Amino acid sequence: MLTFVGLGLFDEDDISLKGLKAIENAEAIYAEFYTSKLIGTTIEKLEEFYKREIHLLSRDDVEQAPDKNILRDSKHKNVAFLTAGDAMISTTHVALRIRAHNEGITTRIIHGASIATAVCGLTGLQNYRFGKSATLAFPYRGISDVPYNTVTVNLRNDLHTLLFLDIREEFMTLGQGIELLLHSEHEKGRDRLASSLAVGIARAGSVSPTVRADTLAKLKEHDFGPPPHILVLPASLHFLEQEALQTFAGAQNDGDRG
Amino acid sequence: MVERVTTLMDRPEYIRNIGIVAHIDHGKTTLSDNLLAGAGMISKELAGTQLFMDFDEEEQARGITINAANVSMVHEFLGKEYLINLIDTPGHVDFGGDVTRAMRAVDGAVVVVDAVEGTMPQTETVLRQALKENVKPILFINKVDRLVNELKLDPQAMMGKFVNLINHVNKLIRGMNEKLFNAGWKVKVDDGSVAFGSALYNWALSVPQMEKTKITFKDVYEYCANNKQKELAERSPLHEIVLNMVITHLPNPLQAQKERVPVIWHGDKTSNEGKAMLTCDQHGPVQLMITDISIDPHAGEVATGRLFSGSLERGQELSVSGMPNKNRIQQVGIFMGAERIEVERIPAGNIAAVTGLRDAMVGSTVSSLKGVVAFESIKHASEPVVTVAVEAENMKDLPKLVEVLRQVSKEDPTLRVTINEETGEHLISGMGELHLEIIAHKIERDKNVQIATSEPIVVYRETVQGHAGPVEGKSPNRHNRFYFEIEALPSDVVTLLKEGAINMNAPETERRAVLMEAGLEKDEARNIADVFESNLLLDMTKGIQYLRETMELIIEGFREAMKTGPLTREPCEGIKVKLVDVTLHEDAVHRGPAQVIPAVRSAIFAAILMAKDVVLEPMQKVFISVPQTLMGSATQQIQGRRGQILDLDSEGDTVVVVGKTPVAEMFGFAGDLRSATEGRAIWSTEFLGFEVLAQSLQPEIVKQIRQRKGLKAELPKPHDFIG
Repeated sequence: MLTFVGLGLFDEDDISLKGLKAIENAEAIYAEFYTSKLIGTTIEKLEEFYKREIHLLSRDDVEQAPDKNILRDSKHKNVAFLTAGDAMISTTHVALRIRAHNEGITTRIIHGASIATAVCGLTGLQNYRFGKSATLAFPYRGISDVPYNTVTVNLRNDLHTLLFLDIREEFMTLGQGIELLLHSEHEKGRDRLASSLAVGIARAGSVSPTVRADTLAKLKEHDFGPPPHILVLPASLHFLEQEALQTFAGAQNDGDRG
Repeated sequence: MVERVTTLMDRPEYIRNIGIVAHIDHGKTTLSDNLLAGAGMISKELAGTQLFMDFDEEEQARGITINAANVSMVHEFLGKEYLINLIDTPGHVDFGGDVTRAMRAVDGAVVVVDAVEGTMPQTETVLRQALKENVKPILFINKVDRLVNELKLDPQAMMGKFVNLINHVNKLIRGMNEKLFNAGWKVKVDDGSVAFGSALYNWALSVPQMEKTKITFKDVYEYCANNKQKELAERSPLHEIVLNMVITHLPNPLQAQKERVPVIWHGDKTSNEGKAMLTCDQHGPVQLMITDISIDPHAGEVATGRLFSGSLERGQELSVSGMPNKNRIQQVGIFMGAERIEVERIPAGNIAAVTGLRDAMVGSTVSSLKGVVAFESIKHASEPVVTVAVEAENMKDLPKLVEVLRQVSKEDPTLRVTINEETGEHLISGMGELHLEIIAHKIERDKNVQIATSEPIVVYRETVQGHAGPVEGKSPNRHNRFYFEIEALPSDVVTLLKEGAINMNAPETERRAVLMEAGLEKDEARNIADVFESNLLLDMTKGIQYLRETMELIIEGFREAMKTGPLTREPCEGIKVKLVDVTLHEDAVHRGPAQVIPAVRSAIFAAILMAKDVVLEPMQKVFISVPQTLMGSATQQIQGRRGQILDLDSEGDTVVVVGKTPVAEMFGFAGDLRSATEGRAIWSTEFLGFEVLAQSLQPEIVKQIRQRKGLKAELPKPHDFIG
């Protein structure tokens, strides 16, 4: 049996009771922190907290050779697989679950709080108003057009856009991400985004999150402090959404997008 | 002398940049030396015996030219002085790379042919290289005295011999480039674009000159037969005739660059640098193509090249193609034989030697502008086919060896230096056994690193004989899928690719037309996504989302697969890889390099294994010239080496045996042939390309290669790559 356990957003305290019980019952515990990380804790602290040993897996372990670790053990043991946020937001885990299922392994998911819902909570932007999401990736042989195109299509349909920021050895900051987005727009010969409203969020789930609504140009210069960061480009605002941004994110009264 | 040279450098109408090319032993270096002596550059007594142009001790010891050497000289013609920049090139096939590079620097070539032997394989090779670079040939028929003294031909027969030889050369020129042939590149006796004589005895004649000096063929016969060639040399000196021919028939840089620049540079002809190069403008931006790197014990690396526009001066900051930082020119000079003489400034149209370009390699484009289109890369007629492993005899020399290897590969671009990842050995691949021997010697003598070299190893290739696909490759995260089909390319297309005729910089329509003529279907010819060595990647998909953003990575995966095939990790040859379908994840982080490259490479590997993967081995054409009585011993040397006799050609009492053998069987050939023929055979070889290794030998050779490379003995299967 393979149990996917979402650890929630920030530190060891974010796990659900159900998740904690699954760890207690597990005979082997694996974790991956390459799709996302818990900023408020470390693997050593987690081990101390659970009083159990955790096997940390790399991207290669999970993607290329799960039959040598998780899947091998899950065939005859109770295995818990820990991930930051919710267990299934990272799409690669869906592929792993399908593979497990095809090999006759029973799987179970214990959900954790996810950034997708935390963003709605912190900003007051309503979940049903969001369109497709995209990731602003560190450039490799050119900058992907996809994030900018996603924003454009969403705006046309009057939908908000959630933009994830890449994680490699380091976290992409809001400043870097906005820079890339503006670059893509500039390449297309347009320059509307810099002056439109956006919301930057840092350290969601911690005791001191930062949420700030301002023009994209101003957010680019703002120091959001330690990671992780995430960016939202809202479409037109419902009056409740507007009020929430004014109250909790320092938006100006006329913070509506033009 | 230097002053006369520098005055002339500014006047392109009075400059000729020429190369001397020939089959080995047809007398290039002797001709060069005597031209230099005639122009007052070296003493007349020393010329010919000294082999002035053979600077290297190794060259003088072996009596052959290894590196192309540069020299400038001044010649007076019809009361005007001309500057001749001359490059002598090696004739041995193992050093063919130097010829190719030299052809980039010059505008005209004196093709030297031995009157007795006639045109030989390398005559053909060097002529082809010249025409490919749009370098105009003229003909010098050498060793005419041998016709009289050895073959005992009378004046009539002598003339007949010339006519045959000239016709043959013209047939070659026409066959290689009919357009240029018709545009006046045919060599003719009457207009003086052909001369004949003896480089060794220092005389030459051309028909227009004979009319003036009233020397007849009968006179020539008499002079030779009666041992009076010295007199003939006084009446009609070699350097006069040959250099007059050069000045009359070879183009000056102004004329030549107009025609040559479009052939060797594919940038925008209306740009600043384009216009400057077409007009050889010394006030335009600097555009220098590096054709040689040598090491000066005092000044360090000296880069030699042809300056197509602008002027070179000390202190200039120039960009080297593909390199991020500018290099500063330290010295500017010209070569006078082995000596490099510093000058203040070198203007466009000349061959320049500069120091300070530490990032430059042979083939680099050096410019005063940043990011200009580079010159066409220099294509070599042959490919490296033999490899040796080298190691330092003293472990402490290892860092030095690494540096030395970097240096020799910079000096000689036909060498390939690689590191065997498994064993950490350094491998040098070159054009033949002799080439590598010379390099090893050079490392020990010039660079002072004692090395041990392994037995030479042959370089193989992999290709496919069947068809496979569509084969699916999944990215490690399983979010992206690639579908490939694989088959062999038509052989004419492979030839084009090897000649470097297919170029991603050239206009698409032009490329498509050439490929279709060579046998590629129209819808394939228009969808070339990448050319790598002699393999093609075709993108047959239509309207796939995000593909444009991912193509670079697919190309990277394709190239990785082509560099080391699945069976033996040797390079692939002649493979057509068709991308027929793709599904991509929309988010860029899910289709980064770590996902796309391995997926593409693995799918191509699996497909190659399914498409009848075979090993190709390099082949050589072998020419042996022996006395009739020893013909049997010579043919045996070929047949005993898995060889095949292609042709036998008798000339008097000698026979030229033409055969074909695998390079793998050629090791030790020189010694074996010498003992079999009592040292009376003259031989040469020519690279013939790769051919499929006999079916019966395939398993054994694959096993050997895998063992040598530390690969698993068990052969890879398609499902090892696609799970």
